[in-house]
Amino acid sequence: MGIEVNGKVYETDEEGYLANLNDWNPDVATAMAKDEDVDLNESHWEVINFLREYYEEYQIAPAVRVLTKAIGKRLGPDKGNSKYLYELFPYGPGKQACKYAGLPKPTGCV
Amino acid sequence: MSEIKKFMYINRKAPYGTIYAWESLEVVLIGAAFEQDVSVAFVDDGVYQLCKGQDTTGLGIKNFSATYRALGDYDVNKLYVEKESLDARGLTLDDLMPLKYEDENDDYAEKDSIRVVSSKELAEIFDQQEVLFNF
Repeated sequence: MGIEVNGKVYETDEEGYLANLNDWNPDVATAMAKDEDVDLNESHWEVINFLREYYEEYQIAPAVRVLTKAIGKRLGPDKGNSKYLYELFPYGPGKQACKYAGLPKPTGCV
Repeated sequence: MSEIKKFMYINRKAPYGTIYAWESLEVVLIGAAFEQDVSVAFVDDGVYQLCKGQDTTGLGIKNFSATYRALGDYDVNKLYVEKESLDARGLTLDDLMPLKYEDENDDYAEKDSIRVVSSKELAEIFDQQEVLFNF
């Protein structure tokens, strides 16, 4: 499988996660979101960029509970809660945001 | 999951060369994501998993040392290292990564996750567990 962005096809797994982390660029995220009828705004990018930094530092995609806590610490309690994150990423902030961020599916995600 | 169980993961092998250490770490994180009471033990060559300054460039394998630092975020903060295993390899606590966690019940004070224990103490800790996994 793959996703076509600006004329280039990027390899993905059967659930749409990028096969190669290094293939990622913001246009890939925008295209993935568009496929799911999501227009990425500043709030989405905040979470996506946070996830990429988290992966860079720890080499894993965090479980949603850990993500929620870490977002709260970084961006404040009004953003570090399930309601806020699920409004941004209705398919699950772990699964959906990690996909847009070009990361693997979170460890411990079913 | 409604019932919280005491899970202990025992690591006995060096970090690279086999898949055991990485598989263990993933299973630990999965267990913790389900909010179980997780402890991890490092014995025999398993103590090498926590050593500082690992470089996997020549092996072509992902260096997952950094992932141990995420354990605190997952509320996995009981990391038992067997003293006899350290001694036998000429290692001390200073050779290990300084892994920390924030104690929510103590105004988020940073505390050490690693506890060096004797073989006898570790046996007692094993005895208190409900589920033991060997890696």
